[in-house]
Amino acid sequence: MYVAVKGGERAISAAHAWLEETRRGDPAVPELTIAQIEQQMPLAVDRVMAEGSCHDRFLAALAIKQAKGDLIEAAFLLRAYRTTLPRFGASEPLDTTRMRLRRRISATYKDLPGGQVLGPTFDYTHRLLDFALAAEGEDRAVAPEMPAPAAEVPRVTELLAREGLMQREALAEEEPGDLTRQPLAFPAERPVRLQNLARGDEGFLLALGYSTQRGYGNAHPFVGEIRVGHVTVEFTPPELGFPIELGEIGITECQMVNQFKGSRTEPAQFTRGYGLVFGHGERRAMAMSLVDRGLRARELGEDITAPAQDEEFVLYHSDNIEATGFVEHLKLPHYVDFQSELENLRSIRRTAEAALPEAAE
Amino acid sequence: MTMLTAGFADPVLDAQACFRAVLEAMSRPGRIQRAGSALTPPAPLNQAAAAVLLALADADTPLWLDAGAEAEAWLRFHCGAPVAAAAGAAAFALATAAPPALAALDQGTEEEPQRGATLVLQVEALEEGEGWHLTGPGIEREHRLRVTGAPAGFVAAWAANRAGLPCGVDVILCAGDRLAALPRSVMIAEG
Amino acid sequence: MSPMTPADTEERRHWMAVLARASADEIAGLLASLPSLPAPERLRAPETGLVMVRGRAGGDGGPFNLGEMTVTRCSVRLGEAVGHAYVAGRDKRQAELAALLDAALQDPARRAALMEGVIAPLAAGQQAARDAEARKAAATRVDFFAMQTTR
Repeated sequence: MYVAVKGGERAISAAHAWLEETRRGDPAVPELTIAQIEQQMPLAVDRVMAEGSCHDRFLAALAIKQAKGDLIEAAFLLRAYRTTLPRFGASEPLDTTRMRLRRRISATYKDLPGGQVLGPTFDYTHRLLDFALAAEGEDRAVAPEMPAPAAEVPRVTELLAREGLMQREALAEEEPGDLTRQPLAFPAERPVRLQNLARGDEGFLLALGYSTQRGYGNAHPFVGEIRVGHVTVEFTPPELGFPIELGEIGITECQMVNQFKGSRTEPAQFTRGYGLVFGHGERRAMAMSLVDRGLRARELGEDITAPAQDEEFVLYHSDNIEATGFVEHLKLPHYVDFQSELENLRSIRRTAEAALPEAAE
Repeated sequence: MTMLTAGFADPVLDAQACFRAVLEAMSRPGRIQRAGSALTPPAPLNQAAAAVLLALADADTPLWLDAGAEAEAWLRFHCGAPVAAAAGAAAFALATAAPPALAALDQGTEEEPQRGATLVLQVEALEEGEGWHLTGPGIEREHRLRVTGAPAGFVAAWAANRAGLPCGVDVILCAGDRLAALPRSVMIAEG
Repeated sequence: MSPMTPADTEERRHWMAVLARASADEIAGLLASLPSLPAPERLRAPETGLVMVRGRAGGDGGPFNLGEMTVTRCSVRLGEAVGHAYVAGRDKRQAELAALLDAALQDPARRAALMEGVIAPLAAGQQAARDAEARKAAATRVDFFAMQTTR
């Protein structure tokens, strides 16, 4: 029960002013620009775009500045902003085989068409703090270049599918459900699950994905392929009637290959878990693909024994904007609620104390 | 493409002004509001109907209309609303001639009555103070509204629509740059 | 104006794609050195909204909604031609310039000069940036040659 209480305006206004002062920090230190955040904290920007479910690098960087670096708060700001904009429609589905790749690796094949391209990765770094970065005016690193062959880069899943060893995806072209228009309903179809996971909290997805590797869900995953790069977005305006290119966005895709023991209707084969996220978000895409595969247990007729296979548990708790709202609402005044709990507890105590002397007799 | 004319000069403020006019009209059924006076929509669209659809219809609201190819192209361009093949599948139905039966439009459901369709009905003229007797929520005693060019049998069909409350269809009557609303809760007696 | 043929549509898709990737300053800078275009009539003022980006399950399966992106659109009329722009991001000036050019490029009398003076240099700059990134990616391509010979 909530009761409106008046008062506190002066205190709130002072708290906001102090928040603003602490956001800026020591005025002797130069202020961060949005461009600096966008350019020099690109992975934070990518995470906010993914969890804010809105691709706009400038807005995500602005949100990070306003939120003092609290990325969940920043995603919240971005989600709130997007509700003020009209929607023009939906894009053509992205064609990730036509990505402009920065990175493309496979853990299942050493030699594969298109090769292993490492890209700008933290892998193989020593995780030693680099104190050179603490010095101002660092030398600008220059990435080396080599002639780029114009090679086809086929999907690893397609190579397996051609041999009949990888389950083909259903080629349904029906209109996918949209969580921003229709609330979650169960059982949730795969398009809705993927949308939910794509904007889910990275920490939650990571922990669940990890749990499937540690025996909660019986997964034996291999990274078939990870792709990081840019993809063209096409949209068909109704007044034109043909698709046009809106520009490019950065994305990360992960194809996780998992064994499937087969069923009465299907032979033993590989199945895939799929991850696709805005920006460069490799950990996020990998975790998403593990959880996606976990959630396919129902359609593949597997036993549902683990949290990552329980779609209600996963989909209802993945959204960090909803989660933070409900957890943080606990700090709102519950004075009346609590009074009734207190009264209840006192009355139980009184009843128990009144009964005690009789019991002693 | 035919000669496409402009929509609202200021999409945000003009749409808000029209929204306000529709809100007033819905809150006080039978009272006449103005909307779209500055628009030059293609025939047979009138200014009020054009303004209402510019303000309310968008990519999330399927639109059914009987206004011909030019008006359809204009509305598709400015609203971005998908055109519904059947009136029953539309969130907004625009009738410039005999409208589809009210019962043939989306009535909404008991759980989601707000999904009931809105019929934007072009008529010849609207006049306050005479004609129909309107009573119901938003009306202290009664409002009078004369609708010239209302479809035959409309009042009887309205009674059936009213009986389905909270489900049913809302109607916005448009003549020139004048509009009046009939929310599904209003009762109409012929006068 | 005669109806667009498939080849016209393909050419129009090309210039719209190039303009969608160009900044307002880049477009305006190139336009400045050409004879100025007449002022267009605004059919739809620049407006920022969202497009829901769709992916495919497993990369090649059924579509799903990945998340939205900001898009700015604008439509103008120049004589008989209606020019449209839908560009990623929130730059209204870019959208308006792109719509103006889309209208002007539909006029055969203007097309050649605008393709040469605006679209071609923008496209070349965009291709050069893509090529530079591809060369950096190529430098991080793993060469397993040594392992194969010592096996």
